[in-house]
Amino acid sequence: MRSPESPALAIQGLIKDVGPVPSLDGKMLRVVSDVSLVAERGQVTALLGANGAGKTTTIECAQGMQKRTGGSISLLGQDPDTAGAELRSRVGVMLQDGGLPPSARPIPLLHHIAGMYKDPWPVEDLVARLGIESFSRTGVRRLSGGQKQRLALAAALAGRPEVLFLDEPSAGLDPQSRQLVFDLIGELRDSGMAIILTTHLMDDAQRLADYVYIIDNGRNVAEGTVAQLLRHELTPDAPGGNVRTLLFEAEPGLDLTGVLPAAVDVRETRAGSYSVSGALTPADLAAVTAWWAARGIMPASMSLAARSLEDVFLDISGRETR
Amino acid sequence: MSSAPAPQAAAAPAPLGSEPAPLVRRILLQGRYETVTMLRNGEQLILAVILPLMALIGLAVTPLLDGLGHSRVNIAVPGILALCAMSTAFTGQGIATGFDRRYGVLRFLSSTPLGRTGLIVGKILAVLAVLVVQVLVVTAVALPMGWRPEAAGLLPALLLLVLGAAAFTSLGLLVAGTVRPEATLAITNLLWILLGALGGIVLPAERLPALAQAVVHFLPSGALGQALRDALLTGTVNGFAVLILLLWTALAGAAAARWFKWN
Repeated sequence: MRSPESPALAIQGLIKDVGPVPSLDGKMLRVVSDVSLVAERGQVTALLGANGAGKTTTIECAQGMQKRTGGSISLLGQDPDTAGAELRSRVGVMLQDGGLPPSARPIPLLHHIAGMYKDPWPVEDLVARLGIESFSRTGVRRLSGGQKQRLALAAALAGRPEVLFLDEPSAGLDPQSRQLVFDLIGELRDSGMAIILTTHLMDDAQRLADYVYIIDNGRNVAEGTVAQLLRHELTPDAPGGNVRTLLFEAEPGLDLTGVLPAAVDVRETRAGSYSVSGALTPADLAAVTAWWAARGIMPASMSLAARSLEDVFLDISGRETR
Repeated sequence: MSSAPAPQAAAAPAPLGSEPAPLVRRILLQGRYETVTMLRNGEQLILAVILPLMALIGLAVTPLLDGLGHSRVNIAVPGILALCAMSTAFTGQGIATGFDRRYGVLRFLSSTPLGRTGLIVGKILAVLAVLVVQVLVVTAVALPMGWRPEAAGLLPALLLLVLGAAAFTSLGLLVAGTVRPEATLAITNLLWILLGALGGIVLPAERLPALAQAVVHFLPSGALGQALRDALLTGTVNGFAVLILLLWTALAGAAAARWFKWN
């Protein structure tokens, strides 16, 4: 359970129709059918879902950029559809595509944005924190993806917001920028900011989020801390969080029938690639390697992995591609 | 293994959350920012200043405007000023807004304390500021060429220019907010050429083909061109043209408010 007192953002039963859509004979398309979530101050809340699941629509409704069709939204205690500059001043937004004018230069642009606030984050400090000096004389249209994202984050932070929305924050980030941005997000969280991010990357959610909502097909289908979600039961045969997967590559057509307990799932995912998945024990591993040794099989590669958030996500949201 | 604590950089300056800057300051900032952006853009400058000046010189050295009871320059300048308003408010501002929309700039800026209203008002201020620069440049070139406007028409002409800019800004926003930016680029440039040549803006209706004569009085181009000529040539206010411009402003403004898409 999350604390009930005045969350930074509370969404209840959100519905959003768009359209009319010509390919649906002019009918409206329901892109969000039932999303409810709560985001607390001092926490990173992630909306995890595939592209088209309704994540961006949900946060755009929360920001008041799209008018919702139904449900209720409380952002810092106000309705974003009717609130004005006072609320916008306390909320920072980083869009998926940056939203920065291509002809602008970084520093004048940040000064311009900062001017919209009475008491902004000092631009020099933001520039230093996000490593913007190195490209401060380059026009926005010539920046790399990572530089653009860092500048967009700086612009979103210009008003020292209480709530920060990040739409796919690691899109286009090189590993160094990613570390820089992730470290800063952690610090902002620790300073009490409520951070709400959307991502389709499990790794982002696993590294950043205190609480995750899995969104699928316009509704939230699971929620919890990363640890709670990892304990989610995959199949009745593999209870608890002890599922391991052994992957190895060897000659095609091996038949491991009878080597392992029946509950362990063994399959050749493609010719020569094997997946052994279940509540594996050290004895199971020994059985597999002994079986190899008896037949003189030396795998080209092998790895053992604990369950990832990705497994949980795929299990919950279904494996079909949309 | 023990390690020294990592240097602790200061996080966001506490406490979190700023009040917005005052409304007037936000709008003036946006107006200044958009003005500087427009004036720094080479293509916009060609459209806003160079082409109107070329048209002025062209009309002054050719006999197109002869025989209308006034000197070539005196007839040409009001139309050139109207052309300036169309360049900046319709074509220039429309294209800029269309691409801002494509790149998400409108969405981002409207998420700041500026908001959607502040963003639009800032754009209108920028149009007016660039229009002031255009009027000064055209005046500076036209006076040595012998332009002598009717003094009684100066103030009405300025107000008409503002009204014309309002009509063309509404139309520009309507186009920019409803079609793709490439289409905005094509539509606003094509209309600039068509209305510039045949819309009664620089060439008075009596110098146009018969078919055009019948309709230009109802177009924002023809109404603004004729109203400015009446004001600056004879010091009179053309009530019908004012009505037409008000109608275009109201209709296009309402349509833009209804159908403008922010993303």
